[in-house]
Amino acid sequence: MSANGIGAAVRRKEDFRFITGKGQYTDDINRPGQSYIHFLRSPHAHAKITGIYIKAAAAMPGVLAVLIGADLAADKVGSLICGWLIHSKDGSPMKMAPHPAIARDKACFVGDPVAVVIAETLAAARDAAEKVQVDYEVLPAVADPAKAQTKDAPQVHEVAPRNTIYQWHLGDAKAVDQAFKSAAHVTKLEIVNNRLVPNAMEPRAAIGDYDSGTSSFTLWNTTQNPHVARLVIAAFVGMAPEHKLRVIAPDVGGGFGSKIFIYPEEVVCLWAAKKVGRPVKWVSERSEAFLADAHGRDHVTHAEMALDAAGRIAALRVKTVANIGAYMSTFSSCVPTYLYATLLSGQYDIPHIYCEVDAVYTNTAPVDAYRGAGRPEATFVIERLIEVSARQLGVAPAEMRRKNFVDKFPHQTPVIMAYDAGDYDASLEKALELADFKNFAKRKRESGRNGKLRGLGFSAYIEACGIAPSQAVGSLGAGVGLWESAEVRVNPTGSVEILTGSHSHGQGHETTFAQLAAARLGIPIDDIAVVHGDTDKVQFGMGTYGSRSGAVGMSAIAKALDKVEAKAKKVASHLLEAAETDIVFKDGRFTVAGTDKSAAWSEVSLHAYIAHKFPGAELEPGLKEGAFYDPANFTFPAGCHICEVEIDPDTGVTRIANWVAVDDFGVVVNPMIVEGQVHGGIAQGIGQAMLEGAVYDGNGQLVTGSLMDYTMPRADNLPSFTVGTTVTKCPSNPLGIKGCGEAGAIAAPAAVVNAITDAIGSEEITMPATPQVVWAAIRKANARAAK
Amino acid sequence: MPAVSLTVNGKAVNATVEPRTLLVQLLRETLRLTGTHVGCDTSQCGCCVVHVDGKAIKSCTMLAMQADGATVLTIEGLANGEELHPMQEAFRENHGLQCGFCTPGMIMTAVDMVNRLGHELDERTIREELEGNICRCTGYHNIVKSIAAGARAMGTGGPSQQAAE
Repeated sequence: MSANGIGAAVRRKEDFRFITGKGQYTDDINRPGQSYIHFLRSPHAHAKITGIYIKAAAAMPGVLAVLIGADLAADKVGSLICGWLIHSKDGSPMKMAPHPAIARDKACFVGDPVAVVIAETLAAARDAAEKVQVDYEVLPAVADPAKAQTKDAPQVHEVAPRNTIYQWHLGDAKAVDQAFKSAAHVTKLEIVNNRLVPNAMEPRAAIGDYDSGTSSFTLWNTTQNPHVARLVIAAFVGMAPEHKLRVIAPDVGGGFGSKIFIYPEEVVCLWAAKKVGRPVKWVSERSEAFLADAHGRDHVTHAEMALDAAGRIAALRVKTVANIGAYMSTFSSCVPTYLYATLLSGQYDIPHIYCEVDAVYTNTAPVDAYRGAGRPEATFVIERLIEVSARQLGVAPAEMRRKNFVDKFPHQTPVIMAYDAGDYDASLEKALELADFKNFAKRKRESGRNGKLRGLGFSAYIEACGIAPSQAVGSLGAGVGLWESAEVRVNPTGSVEILTGSHSHGQGHETTFAQLAAARLGIPIDDIAVVHGDTDKVQFGMGTYGSRSGAVGMSAIAKALDKVEAKAKKVASHLLEAAETDIVFKDGRFTVAGTDKSAAWSEVSLHAYIAHKFPGAELEPGLKEGAFYDPANFTFPAGCHICEVEIDPDTGVTRIANWVAVDDFGVVVNPMIVEGQVHGGIAQGIGQAMLEGAVYDGNGQLVTGSLMDYTMPRADNLPSFTVGTTVTKCPSNPLGIKGCGEAGAIAAPAAVVNAITDAIGSEEITMPATPQVVWAAIRKANARAAK
Repeated sequence: MPAVSLTVNGKAVNATVEPRTLLVQLLRETLRLTGTHVGCDTSQCGCCVVHVDGKAIKSCTMLAMQADGATVLTIEGLANGEELHPMQEAFRENHGLQCGFCTPGMIMTAVDMVNRLGHELDERTIREELEGNICRCTGYHNIVKSIAAGARAMGTGGPSQQAAE
């Protein structure tokens, strides 16, 4: 391993600009003549718009335009769409209602835009928005997914009776019923997977610009996938032909899924820019983000596990209602289906699984992928079931898992996935060792002497990442392919630009992608630049989400590097006057095998461009190659997290005493960055388990609408983490990478709840397990015991 | 509109502002010092922390007019030319940042923490002192490491931090 190669903890190349305040986020960009837009949003969760009066606002100082949904419709601006078609079990397609960027007849959630004001300054736009008068006829609202399908529930959209978008299923119901009939033991759980607000620290933002001279648009946008945004805005919204729309994602301050989607605001900024003939800038306020960013999770689930007399899992039966919110966001349909039910087998050999999922509209913000997307929900179901079943059967939780682990690969689950490599025993054993499991009983006694309760919880998770083989996802309803592209441009002086369709918003691609190229080409890492996030520079790309940039994005780069090396060898063979087959490339030098004749990388690069040493008819000048890499399989990162908690039974206050994560991510490119990803994921998972929860009241008002009401994890809520790895290489991609971005958020919630329930001796814990929840559960358990 | 005069990163600044203009708006929009960020609207996140007369404050919660006559230090003024402040260097060395958005506020808070509490900061102190700064990427693990290391490095009296303050 070289100092900067694969496996080295290289310090990040991107950091200098961030630590000196020189990052360029969307709000840091200002265009000449820029105007500002303010979105007026519905204060009602469900209301007919019976009149909008804009004259007084339009007459306010500095106002350039006041626009409403009717203007959008008159200009034939298309609806936003969901790009993954799910079919119900009866074969009918999902019932997708139109999603106009500005509501025209009816507002469907608190935060639905109803008008926009564009003005010379943001303050002027806000002042004028106060003068817009909207007449609403308030309708009854439904926010709770568990109530959305009842006969009396308010209907969010006419196209979806009983608010039901689809009733989907996966697996063999008959075989599962049979297995339950002959089961020796059945464990049942009711689970609410709590609704979360992603809260990337940089709020969403957009600048729309229109050049009337060339009739072309430019959009600066906080997006995780600029090309997908361009495609949707061009092909579906119909704003501009694809070649007349440039999307730039500059530095983006975190995403966690919430910046994948194509939202109303960027569409309106582009449209308004053409209308007023000026660049239009929008920056979300945090409280606006709470209302209008796509939220995550929000499942209500009944789950059952059948076991045989030996404690082996015989079958799993799961019924989930998934809240989609008021409109179907870009990938909302696939999250509670193909990213969820397909992972219900966990790390275990389960012969039969049947899962039903009903997706429902409610009068709440749209719900879509948030770090983990479906896989945290699946992991929570299976890891809670196996833990509770172990307790019910009197088997040690670790032993229960060992007994059921998949230990032969490849392994075909009954829910689509074919696990290709892993060693689940290894990660469990290492986690037990790092958690000093053998002395846990001693620590528990010690806590007891201090009047505290101590508990330990496991989460042996698996995820499907590196999404995904295009043909496979196409057959499941995806509207796009999920390959990635790369281009390697070698300059005449030998420095290199890597253009990638992946997008970094904190993941450190400028460093890790450069490490790969530095290792392959034997050149200094500082001679490599990574270019991403601009549709005028990178031809196409699918963006970054689903822990795919290492496994898919870097595989595309590796493929392009193969082609560059092959071409460079041809140039070197002419330069060194040797047969191409005799050229050996190693550590940045081309050598003629068995001789001392050699040429440096930079010499060969120069000769590729000056083209003096080879006939143009035989070999094209230049050194630049591109590649598209379509994955052969999903990748399957897996591991074991152990959480140890200490609880004060008088207050319910829960302290995380220790956290151990052992993950198998396949080949690790930069351990420092990978550990950072694990830390951040765990923090979000602990947030879900103990702190965070988006709450709508019965009228569809968001009660947790700011950082003062919604508890984000802070430094003093969290411990330091012990992070270890085990490695089984991913066999399906050339680099052996599985992906690491979501693991912590997937593993953590089940580990926390398993630890708390272990400590208090009761399973009645809902997330977030706040002190109040824990205290109430302890009281209830004590009262039961006293009877 | 009222006029304000202040010193920002060692330079005299004169500007006219609306009475409702926040200090962070003056810094970002008038002076184009965009390293100071806005991450919330309730004074919770700490992305906008700068130093006013040597103390860390949230610049979203102070009117520009209140800073009249003050000396302001932002993230752009922390390094001594090309030479990073020890706290900046510590964040890079310890991978104390991912997306970078909360980072300027974190670093300014961290420097203030050291100025108030000294160079030997234990984990618990650092975590409690970060009450006013939110990070969504790092889980704080490496931020805590960075601040402890940066605090020690500041204690060795590197020239950069003296020049910056």
